[in-house]
Amino acid sequence: MRVSVQSDPFDLGREVADFATARADMGAIVTFTGVVRDLPDDPLEVMEIEHYPGMTEAALTEMTARAVERFALGDALVIHRHGKLKPGEMIMMVATAAPHRKDAFEAAEFLMDYLKSRAPFWKREITAQGSTWVAAKDEDEEALDRWS
Amino acid sequence: MNVLYFAWVRERIGLPRETVQSSARTVNELVDELRAREERYAAAFEDLSALRVAVDQELADFDTSLDGVREVAFFPPMTGG
Repeated sequence: MRVSVQSDPFDLGREVADFATARADMGAIVTFTGVVRDLPDDPLEVMEIEHYPGMTEAALTEMTARAVERFALGDALVIHRHGKLKPGEMIMMVATAAPHRKDAFEAAEFLMDYLKSRAPFWKREITAQGSTWVAAKDEDEEALDRWS
Repeated sequence: MNVLYFAWVRERIGLPRETVQSSARTVNELVDELRAREERYAAAFEDLSALRVAVDQELADFDTSLDGVREVAFFPPMTGG
C-alpha cells in the first residue's frame, strides 16, 4: 500500500496504470478521483486545502491499513493534495485492488467515508466575494456508522 | 506543551502554534485556561461541539488526560476527500 500527501499534481492515468498492472492475482481494481468543483453562482477562484503535517500522513496510513485488512485487499493507494487548487484540478485519488470486485468497491467507499471526516484536511473556498471554510456535513459523519 | 490551531480556529486566534506553560490535567482544563486569556481565545473556544481535538496527533476527546502529552491540536471537523 502507498499513501502520499503532496502539494504537487499527480498523473491519474499513470498512477492507475501502474497500480492496476502491479499484480496479476488481483481481478478487480476500483479507483475514485476527487476534483475541485466550480461553484455555479459564485465562481471559485481557488480551493485551499490545509492539513496537519505528520498527523495527516499517520491518519491516512492507519485508515488505509484498516481497509487492507478488513476487505482483504491485495493493495491500496491514497494520494491527497494540499495547498491552492483551481477548479478542475484533481484533489485526491484512492485505488483499491482485490481478487473480486465487491471487496474493491466496498474498500474504496470505506476509505472515502473515513477520509471525509477523519483525515485532518480542511477546505477553504476563495471567490470574488471572499473566502469560506467548507463545513463538515452531517451525512458524512453518518456515513461512518455503516462501517462500525 | 505545543498547542496547534488549524483552519478557522487558527484564524480566530491569529496563530498557527504556540508553546503553552500549563498545569491543566485534561484537554477541558487547557481549554478553560486558554479561554481565560483573551477574547480571541474565548471566541475560538466558544462552542466546543464545533471543535475537534488531537492529542499527540491522535484524535481524542475533551476529557482526555494531558499527562505526558507534548502536542495538542484544535481544529474544526475535517473536510477531506
